Amino acid sequence: MRPATNSLEKLVKRGHRTERAWAALVAVIALVCLAPAVVIGWSLLNPTAEVWSHLWSTVLPGMLWSTVALLVLVFVGTAILGGGMAWLVSGYNFPGRKAFTWMLVLPLAIPGYILGFVFMSVFGFTGPIQGTLRDLFGPDVPVPEVRSLWGAALVLSLSLFPYVYLLGRAAIREQATTGYEVARSLGYGHLAAARKVVLPMARPSLVAGLTLVMLETLTDFATVIYFNVQTVSVGVYRVWKGMFDRQAASELASLVLLFALAVLALERLMRGRARYEQHTGSRRVLPTKALYGARAWAATATCCAVLTVAFFAPVAQLLYWAAIRGGFESDYFSYLSNSVTLALLAATLVALASIGVSNARRFSPSRPVRVMSQLTVVGYALPGPVIAIGVLLVLAALDGLLSSLGIEVPGLLITGSLVGVAYAYAVRFMALGVNGIDASLQKVPMELTLSARSLGAKPLRVMRKIHLPMTKTGIAVALLLVGIDALKELPMVLLLRPFGFDTLPVWIWQLASQSRWEDAALGSVTIIAASLVPVALLTRSLSAGDRPEDLPTSPAAVTLEHVNT
Amino acid sequence: MSTREPLAPPRAPDQQTQPPAVELNGIVKRFGSTTAVDNVALSIESGELLTLVGPSGCGKSTLLRMIAGLMQPDAGEILLAGRPVFGPSASVPPEDRSVGLVFQENTLFPHLNVRDNIAFGLKGKSRRQVASRVAEVLELVELGSFLKRFPHELSGGERQRVALARALAPEPTVLLLDEPFANLDPNLRSQVRGQTVEILRRAGASVLFVTHDQLEAMSLGDRVAVMGSGRVEQIGSPKTVFHLPTSRFVAASLGEAYFLPVTLCGNGQIDCEAGRCASDCQLTGDRMEIMVRPHDVTFRVDPAGSGRVVGIEFQGAHILYQVQLPSGRRLRCQLPHTTDVPLGTAVAVQLAHGHEPVVLPARAE
Repeated sequence: MRPATNSLEKLVKRGHRTERAWAALVAVIALVCLAPAVVIGWSLLNPTAEVWSHLWSTVLPGMLWSTVALLVLVFVGTAILGGGMAWLVSGYNFPGRKAFTWMLVLPLAIPGYILGFVFMSVFGFTGPIQGTLRDLFGPDVPVPEVRSLWGAALVLSLSLFPYVYLLGRAAIREQATTGYEVARSLGYGHLAAARKVVLPMARPSLVAGLTLVMLETLTDFATVIYFNVQTVSVGVYRVWKGMFDRQAASELASLVLLFALAVLALERLMRGRARYEQHTGSRRVLPTKALYGARAWAATATCCAVLTVAFFAPVAQLLYWAAIRGGFESDYFSYLSNSVTLALLAATLVALASIGVSNARRFSPSRPVRVMSQLTVVGYALPGPVIAIGVLLVLAALDGLLSSLGIEVPGLLITGSLVGVAYAYAVRFMALGVNGIDASLQKVPMELTLSARSLGAKPLRVMRKIHLPMTKTGIAVALLLVGIDALKELPMVLLLRPFGFDTLPVWIWQLASQSRWEDAALGSVTIIAASLVPVALLTRSLSAGDRPEDLPTSPAAVTLEHVNT
Repeated sequence: MSTREPLAPPRAPDQQTQPPAVELNGIVKRFGSTTAVDNVALSIESGELLTLVGPSGCGKSTLLRMIAGLMQPDAGEILLAGRPVFGPSASVPPEDRSVGLVFQENTLFPHLNVRDNIAFGLKGKSRRQVASRVAEVLELVELGSFLKRFPHELSGGERQRVALARALAPEPTVLLLDEPFANLDPNLRSQVRGQTVEILRRAGASVLFVTHDQLEAMSLGDRVAVMGSGRVEQIGSPKTVFHLPTSRFVAASLGEAYFLPVTLCGNGQIDCEAGRCASDCQLTGDRMEIMVRPHDVTFRVDPAGSGRVVGIEFQGAHILYQVQLPSGRRLRCQLPHTTDVPLGTAVAVQLAHGHEPVVLPARAE
């Protein structure tokens, strides 16, 4: 045997080992990301009869009713607000249209749990509106109950409608143009063409936006608790935080998962056979109809009203409170530092895992690796409570496994550890990292990677010396987006927070629950300011003419690409 | 005798038996139901420049990628300098193959300057060695003063020369070039091509050069391999493959060629519509045809001639006349620019191969 053959065997083994190592890395990440969904799915398939019969005889019917009613109301609310605004700014020309086009995205920066308490403070029993009414008409004046399903639906609609608006606007402006022009040439008027052609063509996008809204509504329980609405997600929170009943919590979480699956199935159904059109090169936008006189001012007033209610008035109120409250307190800084720590931890985890996944796709390009890398982003479609309870179960199982192996980590892994929260965040926000960083790596030509390898560099060195420096902007953007989403995240941290570890949103929520609005203002302003960063990025990319999906502002925003491809 | 001395330097005999830089045996690559590379055997001698030419989609780039280890063959064997790098059950990863690559795209690392781009392949050498090797290859490509430049500060031609320097720096067993000039603008192209060949000769590198341009292939290569639909149809010196193609495909891919049916007239002569010539070919099939390139045929003005000029293309140094023969077949004659024959002139065509003509079986109708 020639010595060459020996070295060949050694080299071959090493080559296969590196490919296998990359594939294994993706497999592990996919497994870790899927585990919470799998354990909840497992309890969905293996229901415990006594838990369900107990739930059914007590709270369950009410919860199911509230959940369905809330979903329907928010669906209708965001469809009218989002779809209507999208049509208004794309189909007509009126004073201020250009500015409204980007400003209508601003409400995304106010999380529901902040808008909710501002709303309560203004329209609630003790608020200025009801006070004035009582002063004018006496104490028995009939006012609608704010703490109700209607109030919750209104607040969620106001904070979530920009998803529908963004997607609808892009579809109307850029995809329906040709169809609209043909319809006009065939004798249809502006409105008739819109109804017959533009609306059907924009339907897949509108439905995608509405799906996103539904998933976000399912995730939320912090906001609806203000309004005393008992959805299934609220049930998960109450069962877990009130009784620490893991069994019941996981059964209820599986119900939330079922709702999410139903929403996704409904999306397919509503979209029908229509496909979400990709950009068709042409940059022609829909011709607008100019409005004059009273109608023009009515359009402007509508946009102003929506923006005032959904963004400017709440922000002004919060700034006012923060100002009269004055100064920073030490609590604020400790909660802020907790939040930042958690955000950094989550962003780092997501970035590392995403760098691993996207590089593995490059170095070990096989079908299994591709499929597994797609599985790492399922968290985008999972409601927060599902992930949180899933993480709890996974870590508990791990804990049990460790102690059965004789390794004692008492109580550390189950609750009361930062690991659980960071894990849940990473699962939920993974899509932001993987899609962002992978898109960035796609821009590095394959030939560059191949050149580097043929120059004798092993994959790890190619990643370190070529891929990382060339994708550092993409990585930074992914870190930023994940970090800010983690900063404002509330439901998962409420379920999983370690004892004594409160983040800024938790603090705000607790103060707001005690009607201490003024104390909650400073933290809220901080969260809104941070949330404006991704909104600004989004607006910039919109004015540059890119599709809004290029820069998602929330993990759910990534749904667009997945649900629609 | 010096060869019998036990301590004699093995230089002379070793040079004779030096293994080829690249040796391919029975390489097969399928994509789904299509066979992109079909049982290819090929070798590139040490220091040789082999060009691989063929239409796009003929499998030439696939072959190059398999040699570099960027793609795995379905069957066959690859040896680089006698060292097996791909066999039935084994494949060496690209970073351990000692293969230099230059693509048609700009593949310089955009975040590294020229020096660092070239030094990328010189890992594990001392700082001094790296510096001197970088200087050496930059001198070779005549860009000695460009050390600190970044890729975006270079012209297209300069980028390709730096890419070449980077690929040459680690002294690869073989250099693989995949249409390296395809993205350069045509004026620059021939200039960069000339420089590249000079650099490669000076470096003494073994080179596989893939191109779809037959002129490039013939002007650069020591040998030319013509590839069509996954197979190597013919390998030989540019002169051989051009003048003595073994198939109509090879004949047509290297330049304009016309085919006329021939009859045997004994005593080493064959006859066709364009005249008679000597050939020792054996007429095996029912129908054989002679290959006629525009420079293989001439004519004289003759009112009794059977040909007729039906087209004239002025090309500067020469003129291409299209002549229609009595059978209706047409061929083109390349004549000096001094000729001046108007359209419709009756001419007598005659063959002027100046070498053994190529006679091939007629295409099945």
